[in-house]
Amino acid sequence: MNNITATKPNGARAQRVTELNPIRTELALPERNANEPAWLLSARKAGFMCFDELGFPTLQSEDWRFTNVAPIAKMTLAPVSKPARHGVTEKALSQFPFTALAGGQLVFVNGQFAPELSSLAQLPEGVKVMNLAAALATEPALVEPHLCRHASTDTNAFTALNTAFFQDGAFVHVPAGQAVAEPIHLLFVSTAKDHGATAHPRNLIVAESDSRVTVIESYVSLCDTAYFTNSVTELVAADNAVVEHLKFQDENQQAFHIATVAAHGGRASNVVTHSIALGAKLSRTNIYATLAGEGLECILNGLYLTRGEQLADHYMIVDHAQPQGASHEYFNGILADKSKGVFHGRILVRPGAQKTDAKQTNKNLLLSDDATADTKPQLEIYADDVKCTHGATIGQLNDESIFYLRARAIPREKARRMLIHAFAGEIIDRVRCATVRQELDRLVWDRLEQNQQIAGNP
Amino acid sequence: MKEPIITIQNLSAAVEGRQILKGIDLTIFPGEMHAIMGPNGSGKSTLAAILAGREGYDITGGEVIYCGQDLLALDPEERACEGVFLAFQYPVEIPGVNSTYFLKTAYNEIRKHRGLPELDAMEFLTFVKEKVKLLDLPEDLLKRPVNYGFSGGEKKRNEIFQMAVLEPKFAILDETDSGLDIDALKIVAHGVNTLKRPDNAQLVITHYQRLLNFIVPDFVHVLYDGRIVKSGGKELALELEETGYDGMIHAAAVPA
Repeated sequence: MNNITATKPNGARAQRVTELNPIRTELALPERNANEPAWLLSARKAGFMCFDELGFPTLQSEDWRFTNVAPIAKMTLAPVSKPARHGVTEKALSQFPFTALAGGQLVFVNGQFAPELSSLAQLPEGVKVMNLAAALATEPALVEPHLCRHASTDTNAFTALNTAFFQDGAFVHVPAGQAVAEPIHLLFVSTAKDHGATAHPRNLIVAESDSRVTVIESYVSLCDTAYFTNSVTELVAADNAVVEHLKFQDENQQAFHIATVAAHGGRASNVVTHSIALGAKLSRTNIYATLAGEGLECILNGLYLTRGEQLADHYMIVDHAQPQGASHEYFNGILADKSKGVFHGRILVRPGAQKTDAKQTNKNLLLSDDATADTKPQLEIYADDVKCTHGATIGQLNDESIFYLRARAIPREKARRMLIHAFAGEIIDRVRCATVRQELDRLVWDRLEQNQQIAGNP
Repeated sequence: MKEPIITIQNLSAAVEGRQILKGIDLTIFPGEMHAIMGPNGSGKSTLAAILAGREGYDITGGEVIYCGQDLLALDPEERACEGVFLAFQYPVEIPGVNSTYFLKTAYNEIRKHRGLPELDAMEFLTFVKEKVKLLDLPEDLLKRPVNYGFSGGEKKRNEIFQMAVLEPKFAILDETDSGLDIDALKIVAHGVNTLKRPDNAQLVITHYQRLLNFIVPDFVHVLYDGRIVKSGGKELALELEETGYDGMIHAAAVPA
């Protein structure tokens, strides 16, 4: 243990987590799992050291000043390891979106792979879709170049924690030149009975050069306990690959959800990643997009709907490391009751990343006087021939638009709903896969209706 | 004798304590087209807004009887269901709401109000495409979000198109001609003329006489400082063109 060193993060060091709570023996340095390769143990240990060093972020941290994760620090954090007799049936899963898509799905219950609930359609030649634990055993050569190499542990304590303790997750590998027509669904469902139960799903999606794939990650609940999901997805799009990724979060209203999506795009690749946040008491999605090749296009697109006392936080860093890259971020939030939306978008244009075209928009619609939105755009530009724009709005429904619709015989309440739906529609329309888009559209429409009723708006 | 479509009696209104309308009297019968002309600030758009039901005005006196009902007691959507239509001076852009969906919703609300079955998407599309043809409008108008990214001329044409679809009994056109080039003006005028019927009425509000080269009103009223100071036939518009508002208002003011 002593021979492992971790880089010290900037700033004052928080007290070590292990010092803070010495009786939490479950937070011990990971040990060698016989089924895992040695390099992974090193990565886990490094992750653990980072976590121990960083500690949980506090409101004093600039990157977390609007989102208080103190309740998470009290949770179990280490995954529940006993095999789950979860009692989940296919029928129970069918209530969730995207479960009827033709591409098939991998199902994970409380972070553990459930093969009996998973089914995959006929996949094109060479395409691999399996749980990560199996891939580590059978496809180490495909996993090793990428796993734990894109999601950085030294600045994000939750990614570090995941790296130290993840048990399983999904592995998707599309070989060069291959296209997967139907979207692949990764479904993470929780049945946690104990307050504070934790899962650390870890996913790796690799699209080799000139390939094409659509992957959906869903996080949903079959319980109403306050559990904790801490997921990390590493997404690699090699040269000319076209990847559409959609993360859908609709966990129960007590749950805590922290997720990291680390996307790495190669030359002339095209990556679009959507984040739809509807559920959880507190959710935070970190998206790190590294534009590592020339001439690539990356779209980060997101929608958050909150009500009650929910908080939905999106944090992203778009790193333009090479010339001629285009990145667009579009995030819309619809906030009811006393809920809160947080957006933090940083665009980094490195020296030499000329002809960068970066655009960022965050729009928030407040449906009540008690809802709040915090938005923080940040541009850091070290190249001189670039185009970077950002814009943020926080506001209520436009009275003039409502009057216009009412003057066309549309009742006030219907007019309100049309406008709210349209606000969400701007984001949903960017989902390229038609079947996914349609399902999402219906779902968001229903949810908006429900939120309206619950919020008891006039 | 025919019943009037609308009777405005001594209508007075204020905004934030400032009196804008100071006693308007106007009666419009079916089959008639009236034009209200007046300089900026005379109260033209306020009158249009009050008739359509925009909030934010204090009615300080008078009443408006529309087809036997107290118009001012109705919500804007109820007025629209009863056949009142306002072509906006500044049509609102609504990104994310598809034009066809918007119009179908509006059209079906009116049908519902009249106790008629709603049209489904296919039936409505057939219906609406005929209207597009009638007005010589581009069909892609139907696929775009409501007014979103439209030019000024396109927005005004879209208002006339909505009017064609909703077939109002009483249409108010609030400065529909402003900001239009001559071609767009002709298209708008063509639409208005096409939609004129013996059982409906139109109130055209304009600052300039030029629209009246293409649509011929039965009556012209000059509004000044919240009052109608002069009414006459279509020749009044030409007279205005020659004397200007100042000349006419001065002349009108002398007897008083």
